[in-house]
This record gives sequence, C-alpha cells and structure tokens, in this order.
Amino acid sequence: MTDAAFPPARPRGGSLLEPDARTLRRNAAEARFRLYGVTAIAIAMIALMILLISILSHGTSAFRQTFLHLPIALDEAVLDPSGTRDPAALRKVTTIGYGRLIDRALGEAIAASGITVEGLGKSDISRMVSRQAAATVRSAVLADPALIGTTQEFRILASSRIDGYMKGRVTQDSAARDSNVSPAQLHLADALRAQGLLGTSFNWRFITDPDASELRPEAAGLGIAILGSAYMMIVVLALSLPIGVAASIYLEEFAPRNRFTDLIEVNISNLAAVPSIVFGILGLAIFINFAGLPQSAPVVGGLVLTLMTLPRIIIPARAAIKAVPPSIRDAALGVGASKMQTVFHHVLPLATPGILTGLIIGLGQALGETAPLLLIGMVAFVRDYPEGLPGGLFDPASALPVQIYNWTQRADPAFAERASGAIIVLLIFLLAMNAAAIVVRRRFERRW
Amino acid sequence: MSIGLLVIVIVLIAAAGFLAGRARARRASEGDTRALHSLVGFHGQAVFLFTAVPALLLIAVWLLVQPAVIAERVTGLLASERSEGALNLALGDVHRVAAGLDRLVAQGDLSEAAVAGLSVEGTDLRRTLGTAGVAVAGRVRGEVLTAAREYRRLTHLSARAMTIAAIALALAGLGFSLARITVEFRARNVSERFVLMLFIGSSLIAVMTTFGIVASLLVESIHFFSLYPARDFFFNLTWNPQFGGGSSLGIWPLLWGTLYISFVALLFAVPVGLLSAVYLSEYATRRMRAFVKPAIEVLAGIPTIVYGLFALVTVGPFLRDFFAQPMGLGTSSSSVMTAGLVMGIMLIPFVSSLSDDIINAVPQSLRDGSYGLGATQSETVKQVILPAALPGIVGAILLAASRAIGETMIVVMGAGAAARMSVNPFEAMTTITVKIVSQLTGDTEFASPETLVAFALGMALFVFTLMLNIVALYVVRRYREQYE
Amino acid sequence: MNDMSRTETGVNLTDIKIAARKVQVHYGANHAIKDVDVDINDRMVTAFIGPSGCGKSTFLRCLNRMNDTIPVCRVEGEIRLDGDDIYDRRVDPVQLRAKVGMVFQKPNPFPKSIYDNVAYGPRIHGLTRSRAELDEVVETSLRRAALWGEVKDRLAAPGTGLSGGQQQRLCIARAVATSPEVLLMDEPCSALDPIATAQVEELIDELRSRFAVVIVTHSMQQAARVSQNTAFFHLGNLVEFGETSQVFTNPKDPRTESYITGRIG
Repeated sequence: MTDAAFPPARPRGGSLLEPDARTLRRNAAEARFRLYGVTAIAIAMIALMILLISILSHGTSAFRQTFLHLPIALDEAVLDPSGTRDPAALRKVTTIGYGRLIDRALGEAIAASGITVEGLGKSDISRMVSRQAAATVRSAVLADPALIGTTQEFRILASSRIDGYMKGRVTQDSAARDSNVSPAQLHLADALRAQGLLGTSFNWRFITDPDASELRPEAAGLGIAILGSAYMMIVVLALSLPIGVAASIYLEEFAPRNRFTDLIEVNISNLAAVPSIVFGILGLAIFINFAGLPQSAPVVGGLVLTLMTLPRIIIPARAAIKAVPPSIRDAALGVGASKMQTVFHHVLPLATPGILTGLIIGLGQALGETAPLLLIGMVAFVRDYPEGLPGGLFDPASALPVQIYNWTQRADPAFAERASGAIIVLLIFLLAMNAAAIVVRRRFERRW
Repeated sequence: MSIGLLVIVIVLIAAAGFLAGRARARRASEGDTRALHSLVGFHGQAVFLFTAVPALLLIAVWLLVQPAVIAERVTGLLASERSEGALNLALGDVHRVAAGLDRLVAQGDLSEAAVAGLSVEGTDLRRTLGTAGVAVAGRVRGEVLTAAREYRRLTHLSARAMTIAAIALALAGLGFSLARITVEFRARNVSERFVLMLFIGSSLIAVMTTFGIVASLLVESIHFFSLYPARDFFFNLTWNPQFGGGSSLGIWPLLWGTLYISFVALLFAVPVGLLSAVYLSEYATRRMRAFVKPAIEVLAGIPTIVYGLFALVTVGPFLRDFFAQPMGLGTSSSSVMTAGLVMGIMLIPFVSSLSDDIINAVPQSLRDGSYGLGATQSETVKQVILPAALPGIVGAILLAASRAIGETMIVVMGAGAAARMSVNPFEAMTTITVKIVSQLTGDTEFASPETLVAFALGMALFVFTLMLNIVALYVVRRYREQYE
Repeated sequence: MNDMSRTETGVNLTDIKIAARKVQVHYGANHAIKDVDVDINDRMVTAFIGPSGCGKSTFLRCLNRMNDTIPVCRVEGEIRLDGDDIYDRRVDPVQLRAKVGMVFQKPNPFPKSIYDNVAYGPRIHGLTRSRAELDEVVETSLRRAALWGEVKDRLAAPGTGLSGGQQQRLCIARAVATSPEVLLMDEPCSALDPIATAQVEELIDELRSRFAVVIVTHSMQQAARVSQNTAFFHLGNLVEFGETSQVFTNPKDPRTESYITGRIG
C-alpha cells in the first residue's frame, strides 16, 4: 500500500496493535473458561469410555465357554436295567446315574492319557464337570434310546471354576482360598487342555438356553429373557403405536384450547417425568392385585411399559405433527377434504419419520427398563420357555434387564461375567434400534 | 374359545362387515356411486368400526373386572379364614390348585368327571398336582378344593359368557350399521366422529394413568396407615423392618440417603453437563459438535441397569480401594459416593441436552449486543447468556433432581441396603426407591405393614417428584415463552 | 510508514478515522462485497444507503469485525482504524470493538436492569475505578442518549420493560458508555415509530460532536437528514460515495439517480 492510498491518521488512545494489560488478562480468563468447557466434555467422554470398556472387558468372555470333549460309555446296566427301552423306565433314571457315568468316563480318559496330578481326589475329578452335564447326556439318551450300550463322544460343560480358570478369572492363588475348587483341579485342567480334551469355544447356549440355578452359572443362558423381552416389546408396540399416534393427532389437530385439553397436556408432560418405579407400583396394584393377571407374565410387563412409554412417544409425535407446515393442511382443506382426510392423507404421512423415530427411541427405553419389572414379579426364576403368541403372553417369563439384575444378585462371581455378557446383548439390541431410528430419519428426512 | 381366537373372529366379522357395507352402499346407489353422500369406503369403514370396537372394548373391560368378581364369589367359600393375610394365602392356593386341575385336564390325565369326583381324603392331590408341575405348599384342604372347583366353574362360565356376549355385540353392531346404509346416510361424518372419539379416548389414557397411580398409591397407603401410625412413619428416625412385627418404619433415613445421593449426583452432573453444553453451543466447531453430541447422547441411551452394574463391578471397588480405605472412611464398595458418582454420569446428558436447548433459545441479538460492546465470549456467556438462561437452567436442574430422586437401579446396585443417617459419603446408605423394591419383592405377606409401607414410600416419592416436575415444567415453559 | 504519513500531512486535512480499501467479503460461495473503498471521517455522520441485500450492513459489520462471529464469513482487503489494520493478526477484536461500538437494528437490551445494561461495557473494559465513577458514567451516557429524564427513577427496573424507542436509546447509551471512537448503527430506527425515530435522529446529530458515526439506513430521507457523507451500495458494489448534498442533488452514477428517484430499490 502506498501512502497516498491511506490518508493520514490521527490516533486517540493506544494502538490496536499492542494489546493492553487488561485485554491480556481478559484473554487469559477467556482461555481458562474454554479449558473448563473442554475439561467438562473430556470428563463426559472419559466416563463413557470407562463405562463401555468396563462392560466389554467383563462381558465378552461370557460368549465363550469351556467344554470337555469326552467319550462316554452309556452303560445299559445303569441306564436301562430292565433292557426294555421303555421310555417310562428310562425316565426313572435320574441325573445322578448319568453323573456316575460321566465321572467314570472322565476318570478313564485321565488314566488313558497318562495324566497324573498330585493331590487329586475322586471328588475333585467329578467336580471338574458342570452339574448340568448329566442333564445334557440324559436328554440326549431320552431323545434317542438307541444310544444305550454304545460309547458316544459328548461335548459337556466344564464347571464354572474351571471355566473361570480358562478365562483368567480364577488363578492358582484364588483357588487355594476357594472351597469350590482346588489347585489340583486347575493342574488337571491344564493337563486336559494339553490333551485336547478341554477347550473353550463360542457359546450359543448363552443366548438360547434358559436361566440356571445358583450352582451352575456355566449353564445359565438368556433364552427366556430375550423371548420375554421380545414379547413385551410386541405388546408395547401393538398398544403404544396406535394409542400414541391417536392421542398426538387429537391433541395437535383436533383438541380445542380449553382447560380439559390443558389437563391432558399437563398430565402427559408430568407422566414423562414420573419415576419408572411408580409405574411398577401401578402395575402391581392394578394389573396384578386388582385385575388378577398372572405375575411374571410378559403381558403385564408390556402393559406397564406401555403406560410408561406412551408419554415419551406422544411428545415427539406431537412435535413431528406440528412440524408439518400449515400450508399443506390449507391446500387439502382448500380442495374440500375433511379435517380427518387431511390428517390421514397428508399430515400423517409427512409426520411419519418423526413419529417412527420417537417410537423406536421410546421402545429402546422400554427395552432397557428394569425397576417396574422387578415389582411385577419378573425376577422369578423361570426354566420353561413361554408358549407361542398370543397365549405365551400370559406365561411366566423373564426379561433381559431383569435377568441381568438377577445375576448380579447371586454370590458366584461367574454370574457377574454373565451379567456383563447379557448387557452386551442388551446394548446390541439397543444399538440396532437406534441405528434403525437414524436410518428412518435419514431416509425420510424432508425439508420444506 | 381362547382370547386370541375370539379377537381374530371379531376382526374377521368386522372385515366382512366392511365388504358388506361397501357392497350395500353401492347397491343403494343403484350403480351410480356419485349419488351417495359419502364414498363407499366410508360406508364400509363405518360398519367395520361399529362392529369391531364395541366388542373389543367389551372384552377388555370383561377381562379387567372378571377376576375381582370371581374372587369375591370364591372368598365366600373360604369361610374359616379370619385374617386377611391367611385369606390371601388361601386364595393363592385356590388359584394354584385350579391351574393344576386345568393342566391335568388339558393333558388328558384327568377327565372333567374325575375332577368333580376328587376328594381330599381319597387321593394324594398334592402329588397329582405335582405331576402337572404345580407345587402346592402342604396338604390341600377340602375347603380349598371346593373353592378351586367353584373357581374353575366360574372362570369357564365367564369365558363362555364373554365369548357369546362379544360375538353377539359384534353382530348387533354389524346389523345396526348395515341397516343404516342409504343414499343420504352421512357415513363419512359418522365414521369420522367415531374415529375422533377413539382419538379422545386415547389421549384420555394419560389422565387415566395418573388417576390409576394416585388411586393405587392412595388406597394402599391408607391401608398402611391403618396398620401403622402415620406419626411414626413421618417422624421416626429409624428404619428397621422386622418379620414378626414391631418394626420401626421411619422415612427419614431413606429420605436422607435419597437426598444425599441425589446431591452428590447433581454436584457432579450440573457443572459437567452445563459447561459441556456451553462449550458445545458457543465454542465447538461443527466437526467437534458432530462427534461429541452423539457421544453424549449415547450416555443418555444406556439403560440404568448398565449404570448399576458399572457401579457394582467397577466404580464401587475402585472408590473403596483408592479412596475410602486409604482415608479410613469405610470398607464398603456400595456407598453414597458410588451411587452418586454413577448417577451423576447418567445425568450428564440429561443436564447438557436440556441446557443446550435453553442456551440456544437465548436470541442471537443478545450475543451480538455483547460482542458489539467488546465483550469476550466468556464474558458474554457468564454475564449475558447464563443470566438470561437462568430460569430455564434452574428448571433443567430441577428436572434432573427429580430424575435422581426417582432413579432406582443405580441405587439398588450401588448404594447399599443399610438405612442410616450419616454424613460420611463412603458409607452405604439406602434410598426410598431401594426400599420400595426390597419391600415389594420380599417374601413377607402382602397385607403386612412391612410390605404396604412400600406404597406409602411410593406416595412420598410420587408427590415429591411431581412437585419438582410441575415447578420445573412451569419455569421452563415460562422461560420459553419469554423468547418466542 | 504510518508515523511518517502522520507527521507529513499533519492536521490540516480532514480527519479520516477509518479507511477501507479493496474490501471483499465472501459468505461461503457468495461474494457479498466487492472492492469497496470508503473513508469514514471523524466527527461526522456517514450514511450507507442502498436497496436491501446490497451489502451495506455486511460492510458495516466488517468495521468492528462482528463478521468474525459468523463461521462461513471471509473478509479480504484492508480496513485501517487510525492507520492500524484492524484485520492484523495482532489485533484483538475485543479491544477493537471497545473503540468501535455498535447499535443494532432491533433494540437488544440485556435482560438486566437499566443501570446494569449501561454499566456492562465500562465494567467489562474496566473503565471506572469506583462505584461513584460508574454511576457518573451511567448518568452521562443516559443523558447523552436523552433517556435520563425518563428512567432516572427506575434504574433498577429491567431494561426489557421499556418501550421500543426507549430500548433503542438504552442500547445507544450502552454503546456510548464504553466511550467508543466510532459508533456503528445498523438501521437503528427500522423498528421504531416516527416519534421515537425523530428522537434517535436528533441524538445521532448530537453524538457527532464526539464520535465518528456510521449509520446504515434504508430511508433516503433519513440519510439526507442526518448525514454529512453518503455511500450508495448496490449489489455488493460501492456505486457512489461523496458529500450527502452532492449525492442526493447531483449524483454522478445513473444507478444512484435511479435509486434516489425511486426507480430501483
């Protein structure tokens, strides 16, 4: 720039190019404030990371399980003394009899492979195997009595402590202090693994099997819980979608502005903030004690979750309906459509993505909700799968979050692993639902 | 007929009605459907609605009321039971025996005639029922068996009556609405009015839910206060339920734990949430927002049971080993601090997303005014935006407090079960919600004060959170109106 | 270089407060201001006129770097305040804005008391040492904004409770209180009724005795009434710049003439 281009200047006060002391101080304060903000965000992010890492690191091992691969001689003298293969007679043999066969098979396998472990007692050998194993063999035999008298290769569950040792949860040190497992058993496990008789593999039964008792964490699965949760979600979906949409349409499009409408609106916004456990109390008092519906039934859980979810669906649905520009309504009304036709032909289709997004998020919240289900008896121990729909809605079942809670309340640390594993399953479901919500929103997003 | 089948039958009748209504309207118009007041579809729709809806509503109401009516009748047969508790136990037995008999009949192990012929002396009923997978405690008494038979009779009768009534109502609706179809019939108006009524009914469910909550809490709370003095509940400073009676059920230790944990949670969540919201809305680049906002929303989408487990397996032991024990403050991994901290994490997204909305509602012109005077961004935030947003933020904090007070799973798994009033945050304490869960899932009989106290606690919780919510929602609403 | 030019030309020439050369503004892909050269004289009112969307407000916001708050906005060229390039890296926009105050189109009092509104600038810039001094600054600012008589009894009342005209005068008092050297006004009367407009215009004339005033207006009558110099913007270009009387009575550019006679705009 030449001097001519810039006319002379007459400065008043200091030059802008040299910041004064006060500005420096103020800028320092500015930097500090920014730092607070960044710190806050960092705390939130770190908390999220620790949470996820903690769950994943505790839970992934639940999807693998330690099995023993054993040839078991299905001795006719034990399993069918009469030799008639009569199913009723076969049923009379309890798991104790099968347990003996397994112990014998394991003892023979150990002897055959020449394993010697110091201080290994007879009971130590039998406690390598899960209490569930005998039932596994028994049901295989009852399903196919022709197996009796033959020697079959079985894949049976190892006990939870051995499983824990394979996954690093149990160590020689902890075994020395644990009355449920001895260091000798762990040495034996090492030897069996070296022989290929013992190994871990992916555990589908964690996802498909029912829960198991306190004494056999290695056999506990999520089958009934997943089914129960699915049944409840069906109930919630079937009820809350039509009711929620109907209520939103009424309040947004038809309701006159008066005290009665205000009452409904205040009710809805308050219900959205009522603690979930209060809905559990409602379910207990109304659906179980008053209406006499069965405890632990998915239908009750579904009803309670519906009442809880409804306001959380209505609020976004109303927002979606409100976002449809009035010009579209005017256009439809202008060609002589009735108000109801306008709503169903024009407003509702345009509001659908917003409504669906709210619905999916609401369902996700319902899926993860635990507290109200505890009160309506979903904590009960259930071994039998509920029947198919719709009758199964009235059968006792569990639910995913309740099953998690249930497992955390048991003493055996093996259940803590399974609880974390179950959370991974729950989070995968939630992730899938949220992904669906995002897809719906992206796919149908409309701008006007 | 099972309920599912019945519903399907009614829907089929209604669907047939839809077709019939359409055809009839077309016939009434003698081929020229333009002569009709309403489109043929509306005639069909009107028939469908009048056929299906009343019948389905009848089924719903019937199912809801039937158990109470039957229980009333059966109770009369259990004359020897004096106390309410024993009566409830006996009713439970009746239900179980009846269910067992049903299953035996269904399996074909027992004929209806054999059921009628059953007697308590003749057979080992308990063993028989056991084969059907129904466990009955102790010997089945004659009275119970009679009641169970009556219960089965009434249930079957009621089911049959309901089937007949529902189908009859559906057919009546069908006939009525078909008969109405003429050229002038305003089917569109009628069916739209009907749909509007359904809409109104749907929005009334919120009101009915609130009513149901208040009624169930109130009825059982009154029941509780008839067994246990209200003065003790509200003023006694100890919580010590006993199985055999003589419990002290003072709410104060629970209230203290609840408020203490909520306070710790808010102390953590409010600064973190608020500052993140400020940073995200005033400073963050678009890229950073696009990454951080969804991540914080992930925190919001995680179920509380996950936070509970996090408290139980990670935060609790960590706080115990690195803070409580070295400082000599306790050896419990469940503590106020554990639950409060984890609940604080849970509340971060709640506080930050609410604050974000509120800060964004502050008009840009105020920011411009401040920048135009030479204020830095932080001065603008602290002296203009936050004061302007203050009412909204107060509302958000109140809502967060209400969430904290009503939160259940985190405290069940992280706070402990010991009711005590202490200031040491590393000690286990308990809350109202924890005790609601433990009193209602325990094995105590329902009619005892130890169980019913849960409803009084629920009432206290409901009233408390409701007040917070109403104030908060009012404040936030007023705040929004100010800038609209 | 600047020092030299200062001593060389001395005080005999008109005092140029702000000199802008070849200013370009881009909003993302949109080229909003093209090659604008303007000199703002001290102690005079300069009016920017032109049809809406012509870039006059955008240019005004360049003069105190208010455009910095808009992420997609990019400014090129040179704008010098007393010879210092205000887009120099070393310049703190905060310090700049203390010297170049701004009044906005819509009155935007903070939701605080009248007193706190006016005291906001002095407080953040640390202009006063005692409460008494601050009181004095508030009073003189309000007097200068011709508002003192109306509000002196209710200084603690919220600023948002005043009428529209009073709010805008409060905003002017707020801007005046930081004792700026230049006052930018972005259509300050567009939200006001005729009586309030007359009051504000009167005020602008008085403010001229102390500051350079730049006013953006869509009203040509207003420009003619209050300004000494006028710049006419059209489609992002500066079409004509000169003494107000000359621009209005004898425009050099046919576009200016069309606008003034009402054919465009």
